Amino acid sequence: MSAFAPWTTERAEAVVTQCASRPGPVLLTLQALQLEFGYVHPDAVPLVARSLNVSRAEVHGVLTYYHDLRTSPAPAHSVRICVAEACQSVGSRDLMHRAESELGVSVGERSSDTIDLEAVYCLGNCALGPAALVDGQLLGRLSPPQMSEVIAALRSETA
Amino acid sequence: MTLLHEPDFGTPERDSDVTVELTVDGAAVSVPAGTSVMRAAAQAGLSVPRLCATDSLDPFGSCRLCLVEIDGRKGTPASCTTPVETGMVVHTQTQRLANLRRGVMELYISDHPLDCLTCPANGDCELQDMAGVVGLREVRYGFDGENHLDAPKDETNPYFTFDESKCIACSRCVRACEEVQGTFALTIAGRGFDSKVSPGGTSFFDSECVSCGACVQACPTATLQEKSVIDLGMPTRTVLTTCAYCGVGCSFKAELRGDELVRMVPFKDGGANEGHSCVKGRFAWGYATHRDRITEPMVRESIHDEWRVVGWEEAFEFAASRIKSIQAEYGTDAVGGITSSRCTNEEVFVVQKLVRAAFGNNNVDTCARVCHSPTGYGLKQTFGTSAGTQDFKSVEKTDVVLLIGANPTDAHPVFASRMKRRLREGAQLIVLDPRRIDLVRSPHIEAAFHLPLQPGSNVAVVNALAHTIVAEGLVDRAFVAERCEPSAYALWEKFILRPENSPEAVASIAGVAADDIRGAARLFAAAGNGAIYYGLGVTEHSQGSTMVMGMANLAMATGNIGRDGVGVNPLRGQNNVQGSCDMGSFPHELPGYRHVSDDVVRQQFEEVWGRTLQSEPGLRIPNMLEGALSGQFRALYVQGEDIAQSDPNTTHVKAALSAMDLVIVQDLFLNETSSFAHVFLPGTSFLEKDGTFTNAERRINRVRPVMSSRTGLSEWQVTSALANALGYPMHYDSASEIMDEIAELTPTFAGVSFAKLDEVGSVQWPCNEGHPDGTPIMHVDQFVRGLGNFVETPYVATDERTTRRFPLILTTGRILSQYNVGAQTRRTENIRWVDEDVLEMHEADAEPRGIADGSWVFLTSRVGETTLRCVITDRVPPGVVYTTFHFPVTGANVITTEYSDWATNCPEYKVTAVEIRTASQNHVARGGQLAAVDQDGVSIDDLLDGETLAIKEEFAHERADLKLARMLDQIVKNSVGLTPDDQVDRVALHLRGFWTPAMVDELAHAVSTGAVALSPPAAAALAQLASGAPSAAP
Repeated sequence: MSAFAPWTTERAEAVVTQCASRPGPVLLTLQALQLEFGYVHPDAVPLVARSLNVSRAEVHGVLTYYHDLRTSPAPAHSVRICVAEACQSVGSRDLMHRAESELGVSVGERSSDTIDLEAVYCLGNCALGPAALVDGQLLGRLSPPQMSEVIAALRSETA
Repeated sequence: MTLLHEPDFGTPERDSDVTVELTVDGAAVSVPAGTSVMRAAAQAGLSVPRLCATDSLDPFGSCRLCLVEIDGRKGTPASCTTPVETGMVVHTQTQRLANLRRGVMELYISDHPLDCLTCPANGDCELQDMAGVVGLREVRYGFDGENHLDAPKDETNPYFTFDESKCIACSRCVRACEEVQGTFALTIAGRGFDSKVSPGGTSFFDSECVSCGACVQACPTATLQEKSVIDLGMPTRTVLTTCAYCGVGCSFKAELRGDELVRMVPFKDGGANEGHSCVKGRFAWGYATHRDRITEPMVRESIHDEWRVVGWEEAFEFAASRIKSIQAEYGTDAVGGITSSRCTNEEVFVVQKLVRAAFGNNNVDTCARVCHSPTGYGLKQTFGTSAGTQDFKSVEKTDVVLLIGANPTDAHPVFASRMKRRLREGAQLIVLDPRRIDLVRSPHIEAAFHLPLQPGSNVAVVNALAHTIVAEGLVDRAFVAERCEPSAYALWEKFILRPENSPEAVASIAGVAADDIRGAARLFAAAGNGAIYYGLGVTEHSQGSTMVMGMANLAMATGNIGRDGVGVNPLRGQNNVQGSCDMGSFPHELPGYRHVSDDVVRQQFEEVWGRTLQSEPGLRIPNMLEGALSGQFRALYVQGEDIAQSDPNTTHVKAALSAMDLVIVQDLFLNETSSFAHVFLPGTSFLEKDGTFTNAERRINRVRPVMSSRTGLSEWQVTSALANALGYPMHYDSASEIMDEIAELTPTFAGVSFAKLDEVGSVQWPCNEGHPDGTPIMHVDQFVRGLGNFVETPYVATDERTTRRFPLILTTGRILSQYNVGAQTRRTENIRWVDEDVLEMHEADAEPRGIADGSWVFLTSRVGETTLRCVITDRVPPGVVYTTFHFPVTGANVITTEYSDWATNCPEYKVTAVEIRTASQNHVARGGQLAAVDQDGVSIDDLLDGETLAIKEEFAHERADLKLARMLDQIVKNSVGLTPDDQVDRVALHLRGFWTPAMVDELAHAVSTGAVALSPPAAAALAQLASGAPSAAP
């Protein structure tokens, strides 16, 4: 489903230029780049710095602060399961175990068919836990069988 | 003294008219509103424990150690971020606070190496201090948890090490880089436990770091530590002194262990720098003990002989006997001297005294000739004194900065940091510079206008700015009416409104848009406080003096003189340019800028010095060189200046030096000039000197000896001994006695003495009965000359024109890590950043010539040629190329011509017509060594076509009388008069004040024989002088 544009300086410059006039533009620009390319290419750092007239170090600071920002190409799909207290209390550990066994990886790893499995701490969906974010889409009240279905659907999409 | 520990009040001083009274630990304190509780406590002598706070940085509130309790408030607020309030009752030491602080320290220490005894910061570590203060005795968490103890060190910077394992993530370094230096090269990368200080994800060396040392100074632990301290250990004593690089004149604590200099730390009480520094002053002092230092006198019969090491007495005798025999044979005026702006006021004063009293002539000049002589001339004509109007601190009140021909972030970095701070606070910036300097746009700084004007068009642009201001009714009428000469203003107003001064007319000359000129003029005129800062991009032009007057006109017309935040401010290149000029280094002026023809003044000097002094101006450096080639000038004493590298048209300079019978060089190292010397008198570095330097804000700073003289003598002792050998008795027991003589003879220095300076730190002249504490801001109630003088400043194009053969304009500048001809900085680790001069060139010029980025190019002007590497960049506009002059191998001044400022002969370094073509590295002329055939067997003549060679040949042999006629023509064109007669009077007055009688005679003779023809006003002015018409010194 995620068709990111391949990284090019020209395209990146266009994205950066669009963001330059927005307030607090460093984070917004990095997010826009990630939306465009699926990640923030290392070459984007000096480009963003120059465009927004901040230092490269400042861009690096923002880029490394937010775990959500990637610096390497995005996986085909991402599965993020909430492991904060509320979701844990309604079964998110089971959800995680199911996802790990389906994908054949541990949390924090990427499967052989490039699906990332990550733990996140609260998606703001506590009333509908356990929750997960799959390719950016929020899913609530998930059961382990549903998790298997979700992953199967991702795989069929990739294939 | 023992090691000086400056007090740290934790948070910066606040300025307020409102005073707040509170109680801290039972003590009543009153402080300005806005002060932090921490600072108020410190002022009451109570130290609140802290780690992330220091008084050079805004409060941050992250370390949680400075918590206090305040009656009537919940919790334990951080004292650094809590402002005082009236009636507050604060407790800084309670059991609750003690428990909290100890708990916090336990957390810090649980992730910190326990290697205090072997740590380089041992004895100078705030973490160690705080562990002691809170009584840390155990760490309940143990030391086995996850930690950062194995984090790698970054040792890439040549001067300091970053040891992450010792970092407590207090952000002081990050904030210092932002707030103090303004470079933003550091950040906290990551989050939570992974947070770490990072120079942007790369090594320190490859990062945006400019190695100013602010982070090292801010670091409370050994995380950022000078390598010299790691190698040598903690210093044990302090000597307060002054940096000897640029004209900012930063105060430093030289910290020593025994007699070994361990580190230089910027001094918080230093008026010029207030605790900040740059890479040169902070770290690049190793040259002082470099193995290349010459520490014994040397002589030789001829410049083709080997040097012979001799004793001091023999050297003095050798030099003196030669001077005496030259004067016996060729006359008193056949010898002269050049003073150095790198030396102290006291050293300079005795050299000019040697020339005037012992040589018996006024043939003394200074290296300021080639940098800021137009500043002296222009500001004296308009304001009445040859100096900048403000202190550096003044910029903190400026609303619009007009920066012209200066690159402060590279050449005056510590002042640049102050300026950038003000710009980040919202002040606007206008940049007039052909090149896009960093200040035009760099992190968090952006100029409102950058006018990338053509080199040589400064005066046209400043006139157009003034034209706009006058035409649009933006003149500060009240200021002009009250403070300036009405008649001069009326004339100037009429002049400036002429159509040729309009932005539209100037746009085509300067290559900038008329709208930008108008916009810039409106912005400057509308500023509450508008300040002009400028550098050698103003002075080193054929109209350098005119431009200085043009800026002074602009400042007066907008009412920007005489208070904080305004003014006309030269950024002086060298540590003591201001001082060397003050000390009477110019051939027409005695100390304190008094003309040699002033009988009253001269008589005072004659009484103290016991000799009759000449009343006519002596020779300037270019006159001396001309005189050497024509055989009249035979001997030169050069104090601390490498004229064979730094002065224009190197080939010409070397020929002149070769023609002299005696060249005496007093310097630290053998240099290009000493190749032509017969006597080498070893000099002392600033670390050995006892005296004073005067910086660009007229601040007289003490220079104190950090180590004993490597040569056994002070430089003023050497000069005195030479005077004595010449039969002129000169004796001082100490440098302080020389300052006493300066004070006795110079009204602006009357109140200055070493005792006074040692007491108050520094003073800005004038310092005398009227201004016992010195003068931070000049011309406050009235100008030194009474009423401000508007001077008409017609734009006159330089004689140096681009042609088909020489279609590009070369301009020059400096970089951060190197300094001038590089004699010092090339002998330090600073060469790790830059080790060659490169040529910057626009793609539009490079492409048609087939020049690729990074390739070698061959550069030729009418006077010389050299080879260097090319960088293709859009920093320079098409038609303009740029290089630096730090490395003798490049010999950039082989290229520059002798064209100079019409009023002062300051060389026109900033404009040279050149041509550039591809070359190989072996292609001819590296280092100005104009070998006829290079290593590839290619001769220069093969590279240059016949027509170019003919132009060069003609240029090289311009007749002396034609040169004088050309100079006179420039004076005429730059002097506007009310009437033709008035113009003639002005020209004659200038000649009388600045030309030697010999120059006038030579030109008059050439006119009488018909060898040269002059324009009517030029001829009339010359005739007026020859007829001995009324003389009045300007």
